[in-house]
Amino acid sequence: MTDLTKLTLAEARDGLLARKFSAVELTRAFIEAIDTANPHLNTYVLATPEHALAQAKASDDRLAKGKARPLEGLPLGNKDLFCTNGIRTTACSRILGDFKPTYESTVGQNLWDAGAVMLGKLNNDEFAMGSSNETSAFGPVVNPWRRTRNGTVDNTKLVPGGSSGGSSAAVSADLCLGATATDTGGSIRQPAALTGTVGIKPTYGRCSRWGIVAFASSLDQAGPIAKTVRDAAILLRHMAGPDAKDSTCVDLPVPDYEAEIARGVKGLRIGVPKEYRVDGMSAEADALWQKGIQWLKDAGATIHDISLPHTKYALPAYYIVAPAECSSNLARYDGVRYGLRLPGKDLIDTYEATRAAGFGKEVKRRVLIGTYVLSAGYYDAYYLKAQKVRTLIKRDFDNAWSNVDVVLTPTTPSPAFGFGEKAGDPIAMYLEDIFTVTVNMAGLPGISVPAGLSGEGTPMGLQLIGKPFDEGTLFRAAQVIENAAGRFPVPSRWWA
Amino acid sequence: MQVDEATVRRIARLARIRITDEEAKALEGELSGILAWVEQLGEVNTDNVPPMTRVADMKLKMRADEVTDGNKVDDILANAPMTEDHYFVVPKVVE
Repeated sequence: MTDLTKLTLAEARDGLLARKFSAVELTRAFIEAIDTANPHLNTYVLATPEHALAQAKASDDRLAKGKARPLEGLPLGNKDLFCTNGIRTTACSRILGDFKPTYESTVGQNLWDAGAVMLGKLNNDEFAMGSSNETSAFGPVVNPWRRTRNGTVDNTKLVPGGSSGGSSAAVSADLCLGATATDTGGSIRQPAALTGTVGIKPTYGRCSRWGIVAFASSLDQAGPIAKTVRDAAILLRHMAGPDAKDSTCVDLPVPDYEAEIARGVKGLRIGVPKEYRVDGMSAEADALWQKGIQWLKDAGATIHDISLPHTKYALPAYYIVAPAECSSNLARYDGVRYGLRLPGKDLIDTYEATRAAGFGKEVKRRVLIGTYVLSAGYYDAYYLKAQKVRTLIKRDFDNAWSNVDVVLTPTTPSPAFGFGEKAGDPIAMYLEDIFTVTVNMAGLPGISVPAGLSGEGTPMGLQLIGKPFDEGTLFRAAQVIENAAGRFPVPSRWWA
Repeated sequence: MQVDEATVRRIARLARIRITDEEAKALEGELSGILAWVEQLGEVNTDNVPPMTRVADMKLKMRADEVTDGNKVDDILANAPMTEDHYFVVPKVVE
C-alpha cells in the first residue's frame, strides 16, 4: 500500500469516500509516523492516539452508511493554544500546568463537527510569543528541512518558525494532513514559509477566538497550516463561521473557498509595495518576489506599483499593542483558579512566586513591557499612539484597494535559521515578522504560499494580502503561484 | 527611553512577577532597548487621527439580556490548585 501520510488532505478525503482505505488505517499511519518522528522533531507536546482512533472508528461507521461529513475521518493536529475538552492544554507554558479545559474551542469544535480526527496537541512558542518555537516550555521544534551546501547536507538544526512551529513542522513532515494555528504578528505565515507549507491568517473576525488561549486580543486570529492551497481552502471553510460566544466574530457566511481556487487571476490587479524592499532582505527573497510577479502576470493578472507609506512603523507599533494586551490577558494566571501555584506567605507573595516560576523569559519580558506602557501616565504616549498609527496603516491599505485587489510581498526577509542564532537579541527576532505584522495591525487576511528554495536548499514563501473578508481571492492567486512553483515536500525523512 | 533598575523593579511589582537581581539587571538593558526602538513612532504625525478600534465598520452584536449559561461550579473548580466546599482557597488576606 502507498504511504497514506504522503497524501494531501483533498486526496485523503477523496480516497476515504472511494473506500480505498479506512479512516482507522489512515489514522494509524499517522500515529506510527508520529511515534517515529516525535523524539527527533518534537512537534507534538501531547499525542492522543486513543482519542484519534475512537474518532476514526466513528468516521468509518458514517462512511459505511454514506453519511460522511465534509472532513470525515481526516486526521489533523491541533495547536496547544486551542482548548480541548478533557485533554491537557498548556499554551506550552509551565504556568498552565496540567490544565484540562472543560470546554472545546469553537474552531476545534467546528472541525470535529465536520468529521475531522484529532491526532494530538502541537508545540508552539510559549503563549504564542516567539518566531522560532524556541520559547516553548516543552523545548524547541526541529524543522524537517535541512540546509544543503554544494550537494552536502548540513545537520545544523533549523527552527520551523513560530509561534505555530509545531503546526508547520508537523504538516511538512507528514505527521498530520493539516493543522490548526494562530497568528498574532505572523505566527501562521512565517512558520509556513520556513517549512514549505501553506498558511493563511484570515481577516480578524472570520474565525471565533473563543476557547483559544488569548495573547493579544485585537490581533489574534486562527487559521490553518496545510500542504496545499486547496487543503488550506478546505480547512478554513470548516474552521470559520459566526459564533455567539465571540462578539468580535462576524456574522458573515463563509464561502466555498475550494470552489474559488479554480477561478484563476485573469484581470486581477496585483499591487507591489515599494516599502517592502527593506534593508536586510536577502537577494534571493527579492528574486523570488520578481518570479511571483511574473507568474501572476503570465496567468493574466496586471501588476501595479503601490505605496504603503506607514509600513515601517507597523513593527514598533506592534511591540506596544501586543505586549500591552498580553500583560492584560496574562493577568489571569494567578495560581488561584487553575494551573501552577507556588506557596507564598501572603496572597501577593503567592502571585509573584507563581508567575516567576510559571512564565518563561520572553513572556516575562513582554508582560513587563506591556505593564510599563500601560502604567500611569504612559497610556497616551504609547498604547494610544500605537492605536493611532494602526489607523494610518489601515488607511494605507484602504487607499491601495481603490487601485489593486491583492498585494504581493515576500513572507519573510530570509529562510529558516539555526537554533540560538537569533535568541540573544529580542529585536533581531522581532524583525522576522517585518513583512507579516502589518496585516495583523490592519486586520486583513494574508496567506503564505511556498514559492522556491533558497541557496541553502530551504523553502521560502510569498505572501498575498487581501481586502477584508476577501480570502477567496487570496486562494485564487495563491493557487496560481502553487501551480507555477510546484509543491515543496521535504527531500528526506532523515528522522525515520 | 532609559529604564533604570528601580523602574524595572516597580514594573515587576505591578506585574506581580518576582525577579532576581540578575534578571533586573538584564531587563534594564532589554526594556531600554525595546523602548528606544519604539520611540521612532514619534516621527509619525497622529494629530486628529482616531485610534483604530475595528477592522471593518460593523456594529457590535447584541443579544437579549437573559441567562444562557451557569450552574457549572464543578467545571469551574475542576482545575483549581486548592479548593474547599466549592470555594477557591487562597492565603489569608484580612488579618
